[in-house]
Amino acid sequence: MKVTILQFPGTNCEYDTQHAFEQLGASTEIVWHKNESIPEDTDLLVVAGGFSYGDYLRSGAIAKFSPVMKAVTAYANKGGNVLGICNGFQVLTEAGLLPGALKRNDNLHFISKHHHLKVVNNDNVFLEKLSNNDVVNIPIAHHDGNYFIDQDGLKELEINNQILLRYTDSTGKVQNPNGSVDSIAGICNKEKNVFGLMPHPERAMESILGSDDGIAMLQGFFK
Amino acid sequence: MIKAIVNVSLKAGVLDSQGKAVHHALDSLHFEGVSDVRVGKQIILKLDTNDKDAAMADVTRMCEELLANTVIEDYEIELV
Repeated sequence: MKVTILQFPGTNCEYDTQHAFEQLGASTEIVWHKNESIPEDTDLLVVAGGFSYGDYLRSGAIAKFSPVMKAVTAYANKGGNVLGICNGFQVLTEAGLLPGALKRNDNLHFISKHHHLKVVNNDNVFLEKLSNNDVVNIPIAHHDGNYFIDQDGLKELEINNQILLRYTDSTGKVQNPNGSVDSIAGICNKEKNVFGLMPHPERAMESILGSDDGIAMLQGFFK
Repeated sequence: MIKAIVNVSLKAGVLDSQGKAVHHALDSLHFEGVSDVRVGKQIILKLDTNDKDAAMADVTRMCEELLANTVIEDYEIELV
């Protein structure tokens, strides 16, 4: 299992992501955004969290034009698995690899805390080790995590089982920290090979640090 | 040389939390008669051309590709 992790100027979760996947037994490589290709043996491409290009203009707006993004798009279009975490999710929506957009949180605060999430659809490689309606406890840390999609787009997500996770309380009752449409915390594309979520599963790998619920999520990508 | 002023703001149907917060603050300061507040951003470009049609076409492309996210934002271009 080879995990390639993208690094833009301002990315700051690449080493956490590397640590998490290596803990699960993967080999990893961090790839600088100026590279025009990604390693050929990549099994999973992760766009890690952080503040690419300082979030200038909009979160993810400038990163989408980095040289490596052409290779990312080609990899995704060939069916390769791509996971965008937090700023990575923002980059993937800006690049048009995932539908919708991420707006400023409704309460205008940067929110950094553990939050419960409910699994909405597990019929995909990312969440297949979990069951629908499972509740996991995963940290969130974002200013622009307020997922927006118009009503037609939302219907499309529902019909195609593209909604992965919703923000809830510990009992699975919807609890929306940031104003996201339908309390959405993560989605995938129609083909179910490009995944994006605002919460950080790579920060939930050790129960002593608050939660190890991220293990079951990231393990989905291991065959 | 042409100066292009681009105003980017959230679309009408998209909740503008910053606008709401500013509206609330204006209310607290007793500025009455403000029915709505929208917060946007302004991007000012200096272009090395005198051809207004070409400038408009270029800036429109810039807006579509980078300056605005048309999923959630509208843009207006003014050439001066």
